[in-house]
Parts: sequence; structure tokens; C-alpha cells
Amino acid sequence: MELYQQTIEELHKALTEKKIKPKDILDSVYQRVDAVDHKVKAYLLVTKELAYTMAATAEDRLMKNENVTELTGIPIGLKDNMCLEGVPTTCAAKMLAGYRPPYTATVLKKLTAAGAVFTGKLNMDEYAFGSSTENSSFFPTHNPWDLERVPGGSSGGSAAAVSADMCIASLGSDTGGSIKQPASLCSVTGFKPTYGRVSRYGLIAFASSLDQIGPMTKTVRDNAIMLKHIAGADENDSTSAAINIPNYLKDIKTDVKGLRIGLPEEYFIDGIQKEVKEAMQAAIEVYKKLGAQIVKVNLLHTDYAVDVYYVVAPAEASSNLARFDGVQYGLRDTAAQNMIDMYKRSRQQGFGKETKRRIMLGTYVLSSGYYEAYYKKAQKVRALIKQDFDEAFKKVDILLTPTSPTTSFKIGEKSGDPLTMYLSDIFTIAPNLAGLPGMSIPCGFDEKNLPIGMQLLAKPFGEQDIFNAANAFQYATDWHTRRPKI
Amino acid sequence: MAITKKDVEYIAHLSRLEITEEEKVMYTEQLSNILEHVNKLQAVNTDKVEPMIYAIEMKNVMREDVVKPSLDKQKVFAAAPSIENNGFKVPKII
Amino acid sequence: MSLKEKYEIVIGLEVHAELNTKTKIFCGCKNEFGAEANTYVCPNCLGLPGSLPVFNKQVLHHAVKAGLALNCTIAHKSKFDRKNYYYPDLPKAYQISQFDMPIAVKGYLDIVNKQGEKKRLGITRLHMEEDAGKLIHLTKTGQIADAEESLVDYNRGGVPLAEIVSEPDMRSSEDAYLYLSAVKAILKYTNVSDCNMEEGSLRCDANISIRPFGQEKLGVKVEVKNMNSFNNVRKAIDYEVERQMQMAEAGEAIIQETRLWDAGKAKTFSMRGKEGAHDYRYFPEPDLPILETSAEYINTIKAELPELPLQKAERFISQYGLPAYDAGVLTSEIPLADYFEKVAKLSAEPKLSSNWIMGDLLAKMNEAGEADIEKVKVTPEKLAKMLGLIKNATISGKIAKTVFEDMYATGNDPEQIVKEKGLVQITDTKAIEEVIDKVIAANPAIVAEIKGGKVQAMGFMTGQIMKESKGKANPQLVNELLKKKLGV
Ligand SMILES: [Mg+2]
Ligand SMILES: [Zn+2]
Repeated sequence: MELYQQTIEELHKALTEKKIKPKDILDSVYQRVDAVDHKVKAYLLVTKELAYTMAATAEDRLMKNENVTELTGIPIGLKDNMCLEGVPTTCAAKMLAGYRPPYTATVLKKLTAAGAVFTGKLNMDEYAFGSSTENSSFFPTHNPWDLERVPGGSSGGSAAAVSADMCIASLGSDTGGSIKQPASLCSVTGFKPTYGRVSRYGLIAFASSLDQIGPMTKTVRDNAIMLKHIAGADENDSTSAAINIPNYLKDIKTDVKGLRIGLPEEYFIDGIQKEVKEAMQAAIEVYKKLGAQIVKVNLLHTDYAVDVYYVVAPAEASSNLARFDGVQYGLRDTAAQNMIDMYKRSRQQGFGKETKRRIMLGTYVLSSGYYEAYYKKAQKVRALIKQDFDEAFKKVDILLTPTSPTTSFKIGEKSGDPLTMYLSDIFTIAPNLAGLPGMSIPCGFDEKNLPIGMQLLAKPFGEQDIFNAANAFQYATDWHTRRPKI
Repeated sequence: MAITKKDVEYIAHLSRLEITEEEKVMYTEQLSNILEHVNKLQAVNTDKVEPMIYAIEMKNVMREDVVKPSLDKQKVFAAAPSIENNGFKVPKII
Repeated sequence: MSLKEKYEIVIGLEVHAELNTKTKIFCGCKNEFGAEANTYVCPNCLGLPGSLPVFNKQVLHHAVKAGLALNCTIAHKSKFDRKNYYYPDLPKAYQISQFDMPIAVKGYLDIVNKQGEKKRLGITRLHMEEDAGKLIHLTKTGQIADAEESLVDYNRGGVPLAEIVSEPDMRSSEDAYLYLSAVKAILKYTNVSDCNMEEGSLRCDANISIRPFGQEKLGVKVEVKNMNSFNNVRKAIDYEVERQMQMAEAGEAIIQETRLWDAGKAKTFSMRGKEGAHDYRYFPEPDLPILETSAEYINTIKAELPELPLQKAERFISQYGLPAYDAGVLTSEIPLADYFEKVAKLSAEPKLSSNWIMGDLLAKMNEAGEADIEKVKVTPEKLAKMLGLIKNATISGKIAKTVFEDMYATGNDPEQIVKEKGLVQITDTKAIEEVIDKVIAANPAIVAEIKGGKVQAMGFMTGQIMKESKGKANPQLVNELLKKKLGV
């Protein structure tokens, strides 16, 4: 087996046993990138020089056996919305082409401290607005399982890169499902932690009350390793939580006997692809066999989640994206004769269609006369959605749902109709509005051999419960070990 | 609440976007469709519900009043489109 | 009927005070005036993508303290909101401020006018927010309207502000002036702000309207900005009130707008057409968790409050028997009040102390352009000593002026000045009689007039005698002895 095909755990073992060096893994990963990325197009930027420097540092640590962590020497890809000092960070936006931030995101500082190696910046929907990575200003990313299809989004590059073995693990970010949905469409393990579990400092904001960074990996166990290293309170993020971080991998279980798994009725509806339903049934059977208790629950306000989301998220985004005005950095129309024209022309040229659509939608719902009817109303319904989950978690430990109603769709298939595209996040949005941790893990394939994922949810800061349940599933099945042939 | 072309022009101005005629038509239609969907929310009874601002509620997160280093000059201006005399230069304001 | 009798003036003020902290409100950059442009900046206060605000504890402390000093109710639960608008000095294109849940509400302060009349003015709210950066307009006039280009300096961006909004309770520019002075005094007493208008650490906008007396409904209000001194606030209000009255008289409609005060031209002018209607799209700031203040926290800060200006003034009135106006002036700043109290205690002559401080000392400081009483060479001890010399008749009040003059310039001891300059008052009857005789001898015609009944001419004689004695003769003795000699 090639090094690029292995997991963090396997590589860490080989590294500490001195069978391989970090440079060997990096060589292997880049060899793979060179071989397949012209087809997948997951990378916006390959940071070879930086990566080899980081690999050398990792090697030094391993040699001296100093500060060695499970991530020392492990090649990790980064979604391009996390600031890395001096390295172009663009959010896949024309507005920020060539922009090099003067500081580094907390998560990237933490990974650096752990000895990880950054392979490059991964493609995404511009400013994370999308569910297909077609909205990248530079080029779309292709699903490694079928190159004519989308990898999902907005962390499509992060999902495709792990799926196609172009990095050992990656970081994505999730606002309405941007880690979980592409993880499902590309057959990787993607985790959106509890809001506040991971620092957002240095993550270019989309919707501040929803954004969360999370790991995308080949296995649940690798995911537990990654989360342990990036989690924790950060003095630079006032919304990061000062809550004890378990040693996820050490505490992980494979036993789910007596675990109460809830199936929310509202998530098993018409319109879900037949094979997705079947895969869910099969997964439920697996859990039953493992001794879990299956409970039916109701989340009565589920139907409103997408509506709440498409008020709240664009509202916050319209404000977060107002700073892209061409004054200090980014695209500026230099021909403009006055300030207001400079703003309008720079923003008109720098933003893509979907970005403008969300800014306008968000501006509208906050504008004078509409705030109460839209924004405030949505925040109230959001409270009801959260209450539903609170009630459900009194009865169950875990909720199990499909991640996405369908498997991957063709590039261009939904791009003309924003509303249909928005509905592809129907299952991931509600838990995100409630701030819940959620993971998507592979649970099957459809007739076209396209991956199917299932979503596991837990109460706030109940990440360990998800790791346990997901790990038990991966222990009992092998869906997660399958790789696309490209 | 149907959205008109005039509304679109107003919010484009508020958002500082110089959108084209074609976009005005497109956004009028698309935003109307989205808002029509969203209007479903009006049916939910939220009489006794407080708006939810934070996904996870916390309080009193504060820092000490202690000076931290500021950015080096060359980092401040590294990405600046136009500078003069240590200031970011902008065109005519009014 | 004059226009002032016909129309009632209604004024409300919005004061922005920069708070006294080491660092900015949401980052660790220095809160300091006067540095080279864009040196106290970081990803947060530059609003760079990915940056997040972290709230400075000291800002809450200051805001609560100021709120309590302004008799406000402190909110147990408070939050930040985003105020969205585009302007190059606002790097995120939104200002983090407080909208519907400010830290302090429903306060008041009392002002006392020259006549000693007290008036209570309502305070609607006090909230915390971040300051914007500073624009430097590249043009000879420095005026925004003439500038083809401008430079932005973000050093001031993120400096903590308290915005204090008054009720529309003021009825004259004098009220406004006194209100501002009172706010400034309170903020300085509590050490919440330096209130330095030249450095922009205290700024004021005025909402001005007029209505016919007796009318309940408020008139259309005009917001006037850009007044950089208390005197300019007064002038701008007077100008604006006159403008509105003339318009009302001419039957023209006053429009709701923002006008800028141009100190050079002594006029307000319209900013219309600049930004169009404001639609700030306020919404809760998701990056900052809510603030809760416990009763214990509020009480701790309450216990830190010093004696406030008005309390002090009232004490000065009762303890030292000062007139209300004097007490107001002397308590406008703590160092001045402390100075007065020291002099009053050392000299045991509070009224005389107040007269000398309010008159000669403040005039002299004003003339010398000295604002800091602690830098003045005339220490309270020296001034008290001088008052003692007046009291025991070593020097006359008139001579004291000379002594004070010298003391202000040199800082020398008053006794030493009196001795060196030979200014000791003559109380020796014989010596005074000698001078009187000399003057009588030199002015026979006037003496004759007095004796003939023209008593008013006495004043001339006294003057001559004082002159002859180089001002050192005790004036009361001179008067007595002269009368005796002339038999009147
Ligand atoms: Mg304000
Ligand atoms: Zn700063």
C-alpha cells in the first residue's frame, strides 16, 4: 500500500518506529497530487516549499523524540478560508486573489505546534457560499467518484482531496453543512464540532453564529486525533468554549450496547433518493445488531430550518463581507473617481453571482421595515428548532439521519436554481442552527457507485458520543475503506 | 411580501454593488422566490419565544486591559492598493 | 414679541467620550493619541478577514462607573450590536456598538446657572462602542468637501467610546454649555475619560429643533455635528436656532437633516446628498457573548465613586458659605476643588480664598495659557500665607495684587516678597500723620474746598496720601486721621 493511501494512525506508527520519514509521506502525497489533481482540481495552491520545511521540522522532532504528536509529519490540506501568514488565502474569491494575510489562524497555529505538514490550499465555493464548489471563482472541483459530478460544498476541495488520497486529512469549515455534505458526497469522514469547540480566529467569516472548523479524514479514529489537536478555548475567539476536551481517541469505544439512537421522523421523508433510504435502513440494522436501542423521535420545526438558515446566514454574511471594500486589501477599481463608486465597482467586479445574491438577501432581511418580519422572526424560530433538539436529547444519546437527500449531482445541474441548491443542505442545517456537533460517515453507495453518507448528531459538546457511535459503525462495516478509482 | 426591482436597486445600493440591468431582473426573480419560501416562517407561532442570537450561549467573555504588540508597518501595508504618508489612500469621499 | 419669546428651543446632545484605557476596546493595541499613522493597529482593529473582537474588561468598568455617576440604571443584561454603514474610516464597514440593550439607561444630571438656579436634565442612555479611524484630507483647506483624495489612519479605530445621549431637555445654548461642562466634570472626576476636546477625546453632536411655546409636539430636528469646542457648541446652537426661527417666520419648512458646523465661517451647512437615507441594519453582534452585571459588581463600582461635582459644590456652599456659582466653578475639576479647599483651610478665609482663586488665579492661568493648576507656582500654602498677610494687615488688598503677580511669576514666598520689596503696610499713626500733613500743605486750595463743605474732594486727598506712601499706608487709618485733621 502506498503511503498516501494510509491513515494518520498507520503513518504515525510507521514514523515512530522509524520505518519512514515525514519527507517520504510528503513525496508520496505530492506524487499522487501530480497524478490526479489535474482531473479532480481540489487544490487552489500547492505549498511545496512550506510543506518540505514543515516536514524537515517534523523529522527533527521525531529524530530527537521531542514534542512528537500523532500529527507530527502528517500531510494535511487546508480549506482556503483559513489565514496562514504570508501564504495566499483567497476564499476562492477573485476579490482576494493573491491576498496574503499578515497573521495565522489559531487552528493552523495549533496544527503547526503539533508538527503537522501543510500540503496546500483547497478549493471551495467562493466565501463558502454553496453546496457544490461550483461557485469557486477559479474553477470547479470534481468528485473523485465521478469526475462529471460535484464533490459537494462548500468544503468540496477538502473532501475531494481526502477522498482521492491527495492529503492524509484536511480541514474544512461548516456553516450549514459545508463539511458534512461534501464528506457524504465524497465518502469521507467529516466532522462539524459543537459551535465554540474550535476557534474561529483566522477563519474568514461567512455566518459568525454558525461557522465552525472541523476535520475531514479517512476514518473516525483519525478524526478523533485531529479534533483533539484543534479544539479548545482561544483567547482570540470570545465564542470559543472553555470546556474540557476529552482525549477522544483514547476514550473511544466500539461498543454501542444500550446506546439510544434516535431517528427523527421528519428526516425520513419523501423526496429522499431511494438508495439513500435503503442505506439508512441498513445502517440502522447494523446498529441494532451491535446492541443499540432505536428510538423514534420528532423534531417538529425541521421544515422551517432551511428558511431560518436563509435569513440568518445571509444576514450575518452581508455584514461580514462588507469589509471587502478595496480600501486596505483586495480588488480595487482604480478608475473610480469617488469613494462610493470605488466601493460599488470594486465589489461588483470582485464578487461572484452567488456571493452577491447572498449579500443582497442578507441586506434585505436586515433593512429597515423587514428586520422584524424576517431576521427577528427567523431567530425566534431558530430557538424553537433548538428546543426540539433539547427535548429529543432527553430521550436519546445520538440522532441518526441521512446527511444529504441525494448522492452527488452533475456539475451545472443545479447551478441555475439557487433554491433547489439550498435544499440540498436540508438535513445538515437544523443541527447547525442549534450549534450541535455532527458527523457524516460513509454508509453505502447508490446504483451509480456514488457514495452515501449518514449524519450522527449529539448534544452540545457531546463529540465523544459521536466518535463512539461512528467508530462502532466503522468497526462493523468497511464502507469507509473504499476509494475511488481515478 | 414580493420584492420589486426598486427594492433590488435599493439593497444593491445599501450593499454597495453596481449591479447590471440584467442582474436586477435576475435578482428580483430569485430573491422573490427565496423570500416566498421563507415567508413560511410567518405561520409559526413565536409569541412567547425569545430570539436566539447565539448557537451556544455564553456570557462575560472579557480580556484584561493589557497591551499586546501591534502589527509591523510592512505587514500593515503589504496588501494595500494605494498608500501615502503611512495612510491608506482613498479617492474623493464627498 | 421677539422670536425668542415666540419659539421654544429644544436641544438634545449626544456626547462621545473616549475612555481612559491602556488598550482598545476589542484588541490589545495601545489606546494612545499622537502616534505615527497606522502604528497602533492589528488584524482586529484593521478589521482584516478572519479577525474577531475580544472585549476589554476595563471598558465595562468605566462604562458602569460613568453610568452610575450619571444616575443611570445599570443593565443586568447587555449586548453588542453591529451598526452597518460604509465609510473609509470604518474598516469592517460596521461599527460594534450597542443598540437595544445599552449598558446604562434612564439617568440625569443637574446643572446650575449663573443665577444659581438648578435644573435637572434627563439622560436617555449610555452605551459602549468602538471609535472609527481618522481621515486626513489631502487639500490646503483640510476640508472634506475640497479633497480629491484622503488618507486613512486607523490608530483611533477601536478606541473605546461611551456615547451619552441626553433627553431633549435643554432650552438654550447656555443649558447645553452647562450640560457639557457637567458631563465633562463627571467623566473627569470618575477618571473615565480625559475629555480632551483638542485631541478629540470628547465630541458632541446636537439635535436642535424649535416649536411655538405651548406646543406639545416636537419640531423637526436638525442634527449638527463637527463642533470641536464647548464655545463652538454654543455658537453652533445659536446660529442654528436663529436659522430655524427665520425659516419658520418665512413660512419655510425645516427639513430633518444633518448639518456640519464650519467654525471658520461660523455657519452650519447641510450634508444632504452625501450618503442618502441611513439604514444601519443593526443586528446583534454574534462574535461577542452577552454581558451580565451582578449586583455585587455594580456595588463594588458604586463604592469606588468619588464625591461628584454637584455633591462637592453643595458641600462648598454649606461648609464654606460660597455662592452657588462660585461653588460650581471651583468644583468643575478635582484639582481646582482640592486647591480651593487647601487654601480655605490653611487661611481660614474661605470667601477670600474663593475670590482670589476665581478672580486673580484663574485669570492669570488663562492669560498664561496654563490649564493645569498643579503646575502653577503659587501653591495653596503660599496663597494661604498671602491671605494671612492681608488678614493681619501686613499688606493691603491692593499691595497683595503686586505680591500675587510676583508670586505667580517667581513662585517666591509672599513674606519674602513683601520684605524684599518693602511692601509692609504702614500702621504707625505718626508716620501716616506726617504724610497727611505733607499732602495738606501741598494742596491748600482743595483743603479749603473741603472745609467749605465739598466733602467729595476727600477722595482726591486720600488718593494723594496713598500715592505718597507708595500704597503702603493702611487705608482705614488714612481715612480716620484725615477726617480728624480737616475737622469733617
Ligand atoms: Mg454612536
Ligand atoms: Zn488592534
